Amino acid sequence: MGVRGKETLVASTGTAETTRRDFLYIATGAMGAVGAAAMVWPFISQLQPDASVLAMSSTEVDLGQIQEGQIVTVKWRGKPVFVWNRTAKDIEEARAVQLGQLLDPVARNANLPADAPATDANRAAKDQEKWLVVIGICTHLGCVPIGHMGEYDGWFCPCHGSEYDSAGRVRRGPAPENLAIPPYHFVSDTKISIG
Amino acid sequence: MSGHATFEPKNPALKWFESRLPLVGLIHSSFVAYPTPRNLNYWWTFGGILSLMLACQIVSGVVLVMHYTPHVTLAFDSVEHIMRDVSYGWLIRYIHSNGASMFFIAVYIHMFRGLYYGSYKAPREVLWILGCIIYLLMMATAFMGYVLPWGQMSFWGATVITNLFSAFPVVGPTIVEWLWGGFAVDNPTLNRFFSLHYLLPFMIAGVVVLHIWALHVVGQNNPTGVDPKTPKDTVAFTPYATIKDSLGMVVFLIFFAWFLFYIPNYLGHADNYIPANPLVTPAHIVPEWYYLPFYAMLRAIPSKLGGVLTMFSAIIVLFFVPWLDTSKVRSGVYRPLFKQFFWIWVAVCIGLGWLGSKPAEGGYIVAGRILTFWYFAHFLIILPLLGLFEKPKAVPASITEAVLGKKGSAPASVGAQAPQTKG
Amino acid sequence: MNKLMSSLSSLPLRRGLIGAALAGVLVLAGGLAPASAQEHGGTKPHRESWSFAGPFGKYDRAQLQRGFQVFKEVCSSCHSAHLLAFRNLAQPGGPQFSEEQAKVVAEGYQIQDGPNDAGDMFDRPGRLSDHWPSPFPNEQAARASNGGAYPPDFSTLAKARTYEVGFPGFLIDIFTQYQEQGPDYIHALLNGYVDPPEGVTVPEGAHYNAYFPGHAIKMPQPISADQVTYTDGTPQTVDQYSRDVTAFMMWVAEPHLEARKRIGFQVMIFLIIFAGLLYFTKKKVWKAVHDH
Repeated sequence: MGVRGKETLVASTGTAETTRRDFLYIATGAMGAVGAAAMVWPFISQLQPDASVLAMSSTEVDLGQIQEGQIVTVKWRGKPVFVWNRTAKDIEEARAVQLGQLLDPVARNANLPADAPATDANRAAKDQEKWLVVIGICTHLGCVPIGHMGEYDGWFCPCHGSEYDSAGRVRRGPAPENLAIPPYHFVSDTKISIG
Repeated sequence: MSGHATFEPKNPALKWFESRLPLVGLIHSSFVAYPTPRNLNYWWTFGGILSLMLACQIVSGVVLVMHYTPHVTLAFDSVEHIMRDVSYGWLIRYIHSNGASMFFIAVYIHMFRGLYYGSYKAPREVLWILGCIIYLLMMATAFMGYVLPWGQMSFWGATVITNLFSAFPVVGPTIVEWLWGGFAVDNPTLNRFFSLHYLLPFMIAGVVVLHIWALHVVGQNNPTGVDPKTPKDTVAFTPYATIKDSLGMVVFLIFFAWFLFYIPNYLGHADNYIPANPLVTPAHIVPEWYYLPFYAMLRAIPSKLGGVLTMFSAIIVLFFVPWLDTSKVRSGVYRPLFKQFFWIWVAVCIGLGWLGSKPAEGGYIVAGRILTFWYFAHFLIILPLLGLFEKPKAVPASITEAVLGKKGSAPASVGAQAPQTKG
Repeated sequence: MNKLMSSLSSLPLRRGLIGAALAGVLVLAGGLAPASAQEHGGTKPHRESWSFAGPFGKYDRAQLQRGFQVFKEVCSSCHSAHLLAFRNLAQPGGPQFSEEQAKVVAEGYQIQDGPNDAGDMFDRPGRLSDHWPSPFPNEQAARASNGGAYPPDFSTLAKARTYEVGFPGFLIDIFTQYQEQGPDYIHALLNGYVDPPEGVTVPEGAHYNAYFPGHAIKMPQPISADQVTYTDGTPQTVDQYSRDVTAFMMWVAEPHLEARKRIGFQVMIFLIIFAGLLYFTKKKVWKAVHDH
């Protein structure tokens, strides 16, 4: 407003009077702009996950209930998490794959460093390799893939045909990344806590 | 004459657009070149302040809806969730709840200003009536909004106000059940109030557009009540009115911020922090402050139907003010008797508001009856008679004469040309 | 505005009329005032000095921690606080326990969770994200255990209580920013257990309280001296306990009070400077018009 006022008004030459007036108009206009910007922030910030969502608790899964070969889906932070009790054959297949054959060579395991390679050992549970815990969301556009389907004996995404192997690694596009592995740890031999 | 000139774009793209939809030209003629009387005082900034408050309420309200749950078992806790967990939720919620009160403070000042300076008189009758419609819509919106947190006052306020309609003979109880969607204020009521509370502000915004349109057809009134006669009597809306309105708005925001940040629950009721309980009515139940004068009238009349009709009439009568005031002189400044009666009427309104907050007992009821009578007498008896018997003071020939006469300086070339002539 | 004011002062007669009218209204209403909060309710509570009052008010961390101790050891055996989460105990602007301390508090409670895969509900130790467990499963159970009275939930209680201030106090409170009627009342109530005056009988199962509306309160005196052991050497009196727990209740009801007042001060400074700049800008812009 102050700035517009300046444009309309100041037609005269650059006297000291005009300079002082210019400064006043610019200062007022700048102040108004700063105020408006500061006012906008709370209205943007309120869209962030709120304190109760951020504090949302972990989910515990009792592994004793899961048969060999079975994939169980549990909910963690509103998302499906697949817990797969893999058979020896599943593990064998996953191990046989060379890193060079993978579309995404990174483990995507929240429990490991970000650059860990996507070997089966880095994908499966630590020291309990029959357990595979992955977030059940296709890394393409967020659909939930179907288990025990597709050429690679892992998951097949019905939306756009991405396929994952028995370590949850993407083997056929369009998905760009392996299925993500959530942070989890073993509470006991037969129980994990996700989150 | 940059101020009064029509908008002619030089940019070819803008020219192309303007010849198809003269949007910038409309904005230019409405908010830049639009001539405003040069003698408007700060009471005239409340129109701008009200636009600001409407925008503030709509924006904060839309955000609150993102976190609020309109269900009897969840509404109270979801509001508290906003206050506790949502990032800056407490700020946005307090902006909205205090903003409602600020909106009403501004609208009452705006209305009192219109009544004092005769802004309702020909040719501004439609402008005035549109304003009355906005006021009615505001009352409905605020009432339904107050129900949403589902505290004790929400629930019992909704119960009492909807029960007003039970006063109508024969159809009353049916109407009330229809309003409730049940046999008491309950989840269906909460849901429909939520829906309408979201809808009505946009209707207000629509009527505000008509209000501003009507204003720009007839032009603004001014403290002298004398129509602008020459360009000397007016200044361009931008920068003159915009800068003055901005100052008014920011000073008003200081007032708002005082309540918002330091005493955010001052204008509310403690009981509304108790979740709604349909089995227990709070000991002192009063509406929000802006309804108190009408609430006092409701209780002043011994008959149920009479009280309800009196209350509604108090608003209806405002619609007829342009024809009830018979005076030829527009502005109260030149009407010595009117001025006195105006301030008495303001005192009566404040007195009614104070009585509305008191229990309906003994002397309070008697006082309420006297003040209610005076409220209506002002419009129905005093205003029509004053115009016939009052001897107004001399009205200046023009706005410029009024302004310069007071300052005692010699007349000169003024108005929208002034910026250029200044050296 | 100036014009309006000058036009007002030019007419002494009108002033007189308004004054008379206003005075009439006030005398009429005030003189005939039959009912007051005192008649219907209890004695008016005394205004205490709270650390969180006023424009720069802040909670006293140590006081909130002591108040939490009183709440946990005494009040929470009957009163719920279902909007209070364990994580709140560690958040800024509150008692600010460490996250570890808050976790320990949470783990001390069994929270019902479930259903598990067998379809059964089960109890597990509390987590930070859990809310404070209610002492009774529902309102009916709470009433049954408390002589028919429902111990109110603490979540918003400090803002849900007040007393009538009256004229002109309620106007003065706008300027002094006094908003602590709720804490005043709760503090007074906790100290208001006295012998009933001569001739007043208290119904069976109720107790006399000087500040409770109607004076007959179902809650027996909830706390006595030395009932809670403070580790920081604070006096273990009923007055001190009630001050501490009241401050804690105020925080539970208004957990972002400190942020509100802090941001409020920044906003005020900003608006005042902005208004000053606008004032001078407005003067400059209008100078051309006023000069002629």
